Amino acid sequence: MKRLLAFAFTALAVTGLAQTPARAVDFTGKNIEWIIPFGPGGGSAAWAQFLAPQLAQALPGKPNIVIKYVPGGGSTKGANLFAARAKPDGLTILGTSGSTQFPYLLGDKRVQYEYKDWNVVMGSPTGGVFYVSPKLGLKGPQDMKMLKGKSVKYASQSPTALDLVPLLALEMMGLPTKAVFGMKSRGAGRLAFERGEVNVDYQTSSAYIKNVTPLVKEGKAVPLWSWGILDDKGELARDPTFPDIPHWAEAYEMMHGKKPRGPAMQAYKAFVAAGFGMQKMLFLPKGTPKDIVDAYRAAAKQVVTAPDFAKKAKKVLGDYKQVVAKEAEAGLKTAITVSPKSKEWVRDWLTKRYKVKF
Amino acid sequence: MIEAATTALAAIATPEHFMFLCAGVILGLAVGIFPGLGGIAGMSILLPFLYGMDPISALGMLIGLVAVIPTSDTFTSVLMGIPGSSASQATVLDGFPMAKKGEGARALSAAFAASLYGGLIGALVLTLFVLVARPVILAFATPELFMLALLGLSMVGVLAGKSLAKGIVACGLGLLLGSVGGAPATGEFRMNFGIDYLIDGVPLVVVGLAIFAVPEIVDLLRNQGAISDTPRLGKGWRQGVKDVWQNKWLATRCAGIGCLVGALPGLGGSVVDWIAYGHVLQTTKDRENFGKGDVRGVIAPESANNAKEGGGLIPTVLFGIPGSGSMAVFLGGLLLIGIDTGVNMVGEDLDKTYVIIWSLAIANVVGAAACIILARPIAALTTIRYVYLAPFMIMVITFAAFQATRDWGDIAALFLIGLFAIYMKRFGWPRPPLLIGFVLADPAETNLYQAVQFYDGFGWMLRPGVLIILVATVLSVWFGARYAQKAHGTGDITTGSGQSENLRPQIVFAFILLLVFVFGLYDAMDKNFLGKVFPMTTAIVMLAFVGYALVTLLRGKKDSAVAYDTEADQAEGPDRAASAEHFVLWFAGLVAVTYLVGFFLAMAAFFLAFLHFKAEAKPLRNIILTASALAFLAGLGHILTLNFPGGLLQNAFDLPYPFN
Repeated sequence: MKRLLAFAFTALAVTGLAQTPARAVDFTGKNIEWIIPFGPGGGSAAWAQFLAPQLAQALPGKPNIVIKYVPGGGSTKGANLFAARAKPDGLTILGTSGSTQFPYLLGDKRVQYEYKDWNVVMGSPTGGVFYVSPKLGLKGPQDMKMLKGKSVKYASQSPTALDLVPLLALEMMGLPTKAVFGMKSRGAGRLAFERGEVNVDYQTSSAYIKNVTPLVKEGKAVPLWSWGILDDKGELARDPTFPDIPHWAEAYEMMHGKKPRGPAMQAYKAFVAAGFGMQKMLFLPKGTPKDIVDAYRAAAKQVVTAPDFAKKAKKVLGDYKQVVAKEAEAGLKTAITVSPKSKEWVRDWLTKRYKVKF
Repeated sequence: MIEAATTALAAIATPEHFMFLCAGVILGLAVGIFPGLGGIAGMSILLPFLYGMDPISALGMLIGLVAVIPTSDTFTSVLMGIPGSSASQATVLDGFPMAKKGEGARALSAAFAASLYGGLIGALVLTLFVLVARPVILAFATPELFMLALLGLSMVGVLAGKSLAKGIVACGLGLLLGSVGGAPATGEFRMNFGIDYLIDGVPLVVVGLAIFAVPEIVDLLRNQGAISDTPRLGKGWRQGVKDVWQNKWLATRCAGIGCLVGALPGLGGSVVDWIAYGHVLQTTKDRENFGKGDVRGVIAPESANNAKEGGGLIPTVLFGIPGSGSMAVFLGGLLLIGIDTGVNMVGEDLDKTYVIIWSLAIANVVGAAACIILARPIAALTTIRYVYLAPFMIMVITFAAFQATRDWGDIAALFLIGLFAIYMKRFGWPRPPLLIGFVLADPAETNLYQAVQFYDGFGWMLRPGVLIILVATVLSVWFGARYAQKAHGTGDITTGSGQSENLRPQIVFAFILLLVFVFGLYDAMDKNFLGKVFPMTTAIVMLAFVGYALVTLLRGKKDSAVAYDTEADQAEGPDRAASAEHFVLWFAGLVAVTYLVGFFLAMAAFFLAFLHFKAEAKPLRNIILTASALAFLAGLGHILTLNFPGGLLQNAFDLPYPFN
């Protein structure tokens, strides 16, 4: 037995020590840790799970990409962890979502990360669909008027997360809203909806397609609006993935007979652009050498331009164009820029309505 | 359903599927045998290979891996007293004493047979349960989940041992430790001392290893000799299987519990083994031997933890919401091989669900068989002089601990909590309640807070599900109290009466505990209401119980149930090699040197020094042992593509693998 063990040890030693360190960008045999600052089961998880193996294939040396879920603090926990700990060696990457951007944009004191420090590899735009329980009596967007005065309950991750958009939308519509915070993922929010603990919910596009459309077919959920996207003129337009679902401003008009306006509408548009235009982004940490950044960008480009990518992606990521290379840098700039006026308005509102201390 | 079943059977019956399933089992065994690695590491190795594989074969491989982990993690739990994964922590309580008595073979065969039986029962239950699972899972809303967390906490009663007050305090320590890090409702950081490492909270693997393995290693070192009292392994193989057969109803009940608890998302499967262990204590009459090597204490958690994996599949495939870390990665695997999770899995894709469930059953059989074959050579380890085994054990647990977040902090936390656990053991503060409190802190807090919000107050307390679980909880407390009155030793009580003349050491320790809760209270003060209410309540309640224990001790009541100290009056006897503190210093040295020169080099220095001074090994033997240990470490790190934690040296210089 002892001899057998000794043999095994030696064999392992030979394979272990024969490995020479690599100099050029080569991730052969490496484990790359992809931090997702949410629990598994939400949109960000699906996004990472879909991209990780393809990215791993495209990176030099075909490394392992291991997704590490670090939920908490409305996604600031995972991002802080990345900012504090990730070494610029390309072995730790971060996938952020709008929920990571919002606290940053709003100057949340939990934020200990700086977007401008990081190197963006790619960005994935997305949208989201807001749906309600059939118990509210609506059959679809055509019944929007019936929503007036109904009290709604919403399971939220945090008021400064991407959930800011639904909370703001509900507020502007004048609906009495009760938000329960501390959900570990949007998936947990969906489960609360399915249990009947809340009567409204929203999911980002990929999670909506995968998990909510079956509920809609069964008559257990009624989609009312999508968040919409900003067109070239900066106006709200329908989400290309959900051409049959009205965008939020349309729904508002159906409900109140007039278009939403004022500083609240400006803020809504700004945060939809920031939160959904580049909703998910992939980052390398501060100070990552250019050759590693380039290797990642090339790999990302290779992945999204592969012939069958669009077809596969439609099901998981929705019908959106993935943003890579120079475009990603421009997109990042838009995503982290909100006019001071809109920012101030939202901060005031959050403090008054949800007692958020800035 | 019949049609889906036949389609599934046809898919499983192909030799190809079976082959891949066996491959998964082998990988699972290889990974699962190392404490702390388990499912997540194994899955992560597997995922890249799945891309583009035929779905049925890929599924077989994934399932083979998942199924065997709670079987193979039993080896170290029984033979070394080191919980192999969070699923087999409770197995340590009786399995390890059995190994010490020379019944390692019987304990292992009972554990494997129970795993096999539990896995099969689990698959059987799931075959039917899956059809009604969606409404059942949806019926367990936040109030029910909170109540289940309470039910789990009520197990503290039976696991407390002699003094219920001490059990409750230990549980409170766990609750407090579990609330370190970001608060669920507000995201504020609690009790993190400004240390980044604690933002995440302390990982479960680290806590489990620290409170069970560290004190055990120190104790064994002090006793000298080998783990097993007798040089032979004992026959017992057949006896173990017979034991399971004689307790088949117990195993069936525990498998049912495992299935259900595993199927509930949000509770966390890591508490299943404890619930099963508490269950066996509550439902048996002759309990004198529990904690000292009763085979039923092995059968209960082992039959439950294999069934749990099956249960855990249900929310994963039906809702796309995984109940554990390994299930999360499993979900990723399903996505890769193109299996859509959701309602469809009980509709048009029911056959795929059955492929999953039955593959799990087959994998359980293959896995148990493989473990039995491996058991004999591995069990021989318990007859080696422990002073030779100890450095290997310390290497394994530190390596396992830092897999949690791969941070130097993992090793430091292992040391500090381990140090605490050594004194908890010495002064008779039971450790299993600490673990239960730790695991349930987050589910209890989050679900209570959310239930109050969702149902606008406490109206949910009248929900039928809540009432049913409440009755179960009251019964559990009642059984627990009755058990505590009988005052038989459990779990943690070591040898001797524990009575001593000198109470001072335990007074000092109780005072330290008091300070811990005072700190918890102080830390909570400046948080938002929702961020502080849970740790604050815990701290205040616990202060009362610690206060009670402290007053009892200060009054000098040497014969009270609270007073306990295994060694205050003992001089250094000939049977004891050195004090616990002596070995603690060795461990502290390892942690410090790791900080300076990184894990790999520190381990090398530790091995050479320990074997030279403690084992008094001849230089040649020392070098051979050290070299093989390091080669093994490097090999393992290479295969698993893991890096070792670096120290100051690695920060300053780029060193080649494995010295980086």
